[in-house]
Amino acid sequence: MPNIFTPLLARISPLKQTLSEDDLSIEVDAKNLFNNIEFAASAGFDYLVDITAVDYLSYPKTPVARYAMVYILRSTDFKSLLTIKSFIINEEVESITQLFKAANWLEREVYDQYGIKFTNHPNLKRVLNHHEFVGHPLRKDYIITNGQHCSIAESLMDEMDVQLEKHNLKDEEHMFLNLGPSHPASHGTIRTLVALDGERIKAAVTEIGYLHRGFEKSAEHHTYSQVIPYTDRLNYCSAVMNNVGYVKTLEEMLGVHVPKRAEQIRVMLMELSRIMDHLVFLAAQLVDMGALTNYWYLYNPREDVYNFLSKLSGARLTNSYMRIGGMSHDLYDGYEEDLQTIITNVQKGCADALALIKHNRIFHDRAKDVGIISAKDALSYGWSGPNLRACGVNSDMRYLKPYYGYDELDFDVVLGSHGDVYDRIMVRFEEIEQSIKIVKQIQATLIDGEINIADRSIILPQKKEVYTSIEGVMNQFKLTFEGIKVKPQEYYGSIEAVNGELGFYVVSDGSGTPYKMKVRAPSFLHIAALPEIIQEYQLADAVITLASLNIIAGEMDR
Amino acid sequence: MDTALLVETVIKIVVILLVFSALAGFGTYFERKVLAFMQRRLGPMNVGPYGLLQIAADGIKLFTKEDIIPAGVVPLIFKIAPVITAATAFMAAAAIPFLPSFTIFGYEVHPIVADINIGILYVMGMMAVGLYGPLLGGLASNNKYSLISTARAVAVFISYEVVSGLAILAPLMMVGSLSLLDINDYQAGGITHWIAFSQPVAFILFWIAAFAETGRTPFHLIANDHELIDGFGTEYSGMRWGLFFIGEYANMFFISFVMAIMFLGGYGDGSVAGAFALLGKVAFFFFFFLWTRAAWPDVRPDQLMWLTWKVLMPLAVINVVITGFVLMF
Repeated sequence: MPNIFTPLLARISPLKQTLSEDDLSIEVDAKNLFNNIEFAASAGFDYLVDITAVDYLSYPKTPVARYAMVYILRSTDFKSLLTIKSFIINEEVESITQLFKAANWLEREVYDQYGIKFTNHPNLKRVLNHHEFVGHPLRKDYIITNGQHCSIAESLMDEMDVQLEKHNLKDEEHMFLNLGPSHPASHGTIRTLVALDGERIKAAVTEIGYLHRGFEKSAEHHTYSQVIPYTDRLNYCSAVMNNVGYVKTLEEMLGVHVPKRAEQIRVMLMELSRIMDHLVFLAAQLVDMGALTNYWYLYNPREDVYNFLSKLSGARLTNSYMRIGGMSHDLYDGYEEDLQTIITNVQKGCADALALIKHNRIFHDRAKDVGIISAKDALSYGWSGPNLRACGVNSDMRYLKPYYGYDELDFDVVLGSHGDVYDRIMVRFEEIEQSIKIVKQIQATLIDGEINIADRSIILPQKKEVYTSIEGVMNQFKLTFEGIKVKPQEYYGSIEAVNGELGFYVVSDGSGTPYKMKVRAPSFLHIAALPEIIQEYQLADAVITLASLNIIAGEMDR
Repeated sequence: MDTALLVETVIKIVVILLVFSALAGFGTYFERKVLAFMQRRLGPMNVGPYGLLQIAADGIKLFTKEDIIPAGVVPLIFKIAPVITAATAFMAAAAIPFLPSFTIFGYEVHPIVADINIGILYVMGMMAVGLYGPLLGGLASNNKYSLISTARAVAVFISYEVVSGLAILAPLMMVGSLSLLDINDYQAGGITHWIAFSQPVAFILFWIAAFAETGRTPFHLIANDHELIDGFGTEYSGMRWGLFFIGEYANMFFISFVMAIMFLGGYGDGSVAGAFALLGKVAFFFFFFLWTRAAWPDVRPDQLMWLTWKVLMPLAVINVVITGFVLMF
């Protein structure tokens, strides 16, 4: 047992505990929940990964209460995971917003989806669903087909008034302006209401949920394999990455390991996705500053990656290439040549874009010291990925908790120092370089062999078998209609996705469909910090700050 | 004689209006092509050979679109504002000599509508009046983005008129006349006589100010699409929006002419070569507008103000003072 857990267990004395490698799950009494989390935070688990709830209404084994709260915390060095679970009786629990800033929006989401109330929460209102929505969709007694028509937009002045009061501002002295939901700079549909004094933002409130499609509710009604195409739509700029994040979690739950070749291909595709996503980010970011030409310098090589992926998987954007236990098929013949083109063109595009901005005074004046967030605040907000690394915090799971043989690969973790827009841009430029390095190494060391595991209860049989034998037909039928059976457990698995830690908290009940699934989406936690970091900056700064967080509405709103 | 002068002037006005309206259209084509080539793409290619008829397609589209006057605007001012932008841009052209005088069918033509003795002052003044287009259009639009754009427009224009005004003061002190013809003749002796060499500071300051006055990158703030959607033009559509556009492009051409005549020797001695040289210089300045757009990001409004009032204006004043001393002794 890692030493970090010893003081924790000595003090908390949980009702139940399970320990695996670096991770500890404990169940505590609801009465001591706040104190226990507070103690865990002071004992080294000071990074809040996620908060969610589980509704056990239709769970096979009836537990002590209908709802349980789940808090996932990470240690300061990011290596150990602590899951605190607690059954709650009266649908009410104390808010931990004073411990973690990230808890604010995460608790709002739990309230929104499950109707669990948080006492002492500063702003307990819906976050993903529309404010006119009746009921709580992730409760098991909410029927999935029960659609509701909501039409009237919120004024957001209830939140704005609180902000104004907090900063001692007067309502009538400011102009209120809606940046979004449909605004050229909102990169999707995000609405930020700002109070302007001249062009200076004095207070801001962000509203999300315009792209909420109920991913988690849908997942509960599909087999594990059917969820894969839904994961494509989380971060649609790097679909394969989400595929891998999901199937990796499921494989860990099933206790299987994909063959070495599959791991290598996954790493290669993940790094290509990272390159692709960063290219989109950089192009959009620089266009938001008015630097138009970079857009094509960076977007053209991205096209090469898309061509590669469409040749490989048949789809450009939503690849659905991964399968639980492997992938749909192997690399195509002659892929090396396409890979070489990608690498050459990406390097050329990045070099050209950098040549345009690296020593450009206007770019430096615009990007430096804008949208600064301190490392402490970023951690408290639950930031991860390049945005957190731009603040100088090494949070790269590929390096800290290597999976898929990342520990055998030679790459640098790119860190910024200042946490401003400039750092967030430059970290991504360098990460592209590092990803190219990884792709080259994979290509050089790619071994031959199987890409799928041999387990017929997980992987579909060959088509030849299906057409020629009754066993094959039955195998295909069972897997397709009943799904892969996952034994009852509650598990959190994550990968270092493009925007940060992409995690899946899955509760299985032994059937072929997930009982509950919660996505830990990095963008959701990034956007929560936006109102605070754009304050006292200019309108023009707010636009580039929003762009610099690389908010992908697909994963933010789910 | 008076009737002949009147007819001649009317013909000149019509020719200038037609040529520069068409040029404004071609300007958009050049811009799209130049940007496209710098950005590794093709630009307009589908309408006509090399997309040349794209201008006609755009024109037809703009003219035939429904003229939408949104609810809540001040209709009269909303309708007039784009006309002001386009009209003042063309009115400024009255005092610009576009070519050296030439003889056609035994009749000597001066390609300038009115050689008034305050030429450059009139051009600058008329361009300044153009501010009323964005100002009134933005205020009448009943849109917060338009309002912010208007505030930016006023701040930018006023600041940069100070700089451009002070910048040309020094060359004018040397020439001793405000007429653009006189300014051109002052430099008729060849490249070494160009004011750009004797007044490099004034030249560069005026050039920078020209970017702000035409609202081009890196000072593309008034209608910055990433922040203000289309600024004062957000609520406009169809030909009313098109008039703003024509005004902007005509302004780019006219300010290029002013720069070429003021600082780069204009058409020189008036020969055919000189005439082509003038057009070449204008083309260079126009191209330069497009070039910067491809290369640079935009500055922030407060950085623009900082640049004007703390850097450019003091420089312009010092330049005037030094020129004064040099002329005196």
